[in-house]
Amino acid sequence: MNLEDIIKETKTYYCLECGKCTSICPVSRHNSNFSPRLMLERALMGFEDELIHDRELFSCLTCYACSHLCPSDVDYPVFTQKVRNLASSQGEHGDCAHSGTLFSLMRLISRSDIKQKRLDWLDGCRTSQKSEVLYFVGCAPYFEPIFQDIEVSPVSIARNSIKILNALGIEPMVLPNERCCGHDLLWTGDVETFKKLAQLNAQMIKETGAKKIVFSCPEGYRTFKIDYPQYVELDCELMHITELLAQNLSTLSLRAKRSNPEVKKVTYQDPCRLGRHLGIYEPPREIIRAIPGMKLVEMEHSGDESICCGTSAWTNCGSYSKEIRVERLLEARATGAGMLVTACPKCQIHFKCAMVDKGAEKGPDIEMEVMDIVTLVANALGGKSGE
Amino acid sequence: MAEFEPKIIAFCCNWCTYAAADIAGTSRIHYPANVRIVRVMCSGMVDPIYILKAFEMGADGVLVAGCHEADCHYLNGPLKCDAMFEKLKKVVNVLGLEEERLRREMIAAAEAPIFAELIEEMVKQLKKLGPSPFRERVKV
Repeated sequence: MNLEDIIKETKTYYCLECGKCTSICPVSRHNSNFSPRLMLERALMGFEDELIHDRELFSCLTCYACSHLCPSDVDYPVFTQKVRNLASSQGEHGDCAHSGTLFSLMRLISRSDIKQKRLDWLDGCRTSQKSEVLYFVGCAPYFEPIFQDIEVSPVSIARNSIKILNALGIEPMVLPNERCCGHDLLWTGDVETFKKLAQLNAQMIKETGAKKIVFSCPEGYRTFKIDYPQYVELDCELMHITELLAQNLSTLSLRAKRSNPEVKKVTYQDPCRLGRHLGIYEPPREIIRAIPGMKLVEMEHSGDESICCGTSAWTNCGSYSKEIRVERLLEARATGAGMLVTACPKCQIHFKCAMVDKGAEKGPDIEMEVMDIVTLVANALGGKSGE
Repeated sequence: MAEFEPKIIAFCCNWCTYAAADIAGTSRIHYPANVRIVRVMCSGMVDPIYILKAFEMGADGVLVAGCHEADCHYLNGPLKCDAMFEKLKKVVNVLGLEEERLRREMIAAAEAPIFAELIEEMVKQLKKLGPSPFRERVKV
């Protein structure tokens, strides 16, 4: 796809140059070198080289704050995605966090002969070989050892998701050789490997005969829902676990934690993929409200105005990303809540990372408990998966 | 069909293991030619991406070798390397990579025969295991 096609597809030529995108952009607020408006203008004026070789091309969080406000409905995140693809074909890459280890892993997962050992955490979960429902685990088994230093346990999110499904009377299938959804590769321009992963996943899912796929990771959900149909055929109902939970709240008996009888104030961070990408704002909030002993308080920016956790697709994470995180955590602390609830494992990883980073110099000011909504619900179910 | 010859990428510390490999050469100790040595200044500088990249590009085994703990030229390189290795091992275990394909050893500059033995042992093991599962799309 050349630049002209990208402009057409994302309706960039409708740009009024009003600058609303740059004014709302969480990155531009901290990094004055980055401006969505300028990027679009470069594309429209035909400065392709300047656009492609700009280091800031990979700074965009693709959080949809800009397009959400755009009066002309220009799809800036997709514009970024496609221009990055163009740029990577010319050898341009963003600065990978974790020195690119995670991308290397994703590429290795795309090799067809591998036999992963990704399900050794299933103890206490009931799964079945043949079921209509498939639970998509995502990258949790890989993240577990990588992020153990910052005390994030993505595997516990997966385990708790299955426990919740069990409590709802569902014994889901899980794929023993499930592949990465490819989200991060797609958003950093590696469409080739993304396609491979998509095909492998689609084929495996077809073989299981699943009718419904449940996700606990918003990125996987978005990728399956919006990006996969462009590359592979998959005839399944897709659902985020918060949607499923919100529909079935009455069947669950949620209890307050016995050890802590006080009402606990919590606030909710909308993950960009779940919120602005897919429009799921209410289900997580309904769930939090339904848990006895929990009071939901909103941050200054919430719902569709929510601010992203500062990095997307493990790219260009730096001091500006840290500043965004610190700002967001200060906002969360200002609500008086004792806990920040989120629905995305990566939000959790990024916020925890900001808290342990000594360079951020905020120390105790930004420290607070961060928990995934799935874990919150699983705790409220009590020890025996709510039976 | 010719017998499968595994490819081993060895990251060797400049001060110890690389010197050991050098001495193995000058002393004419025989060992298989399957190993490609990458000299690094310290085993502590070996990043996980070096190892994963080696597998990505078709290595059948990777060896990270450096000084013994107390010998480090830079005080605590081997400890850093151990911490990195520990973590990476767990990750590649999820990928389903056999344990024998990824090794961490400490070989001092004077231990040339040990280096030669190690390579021989690794080659034997890798021949038994066959090509790496990540190898498929690599053009030879």
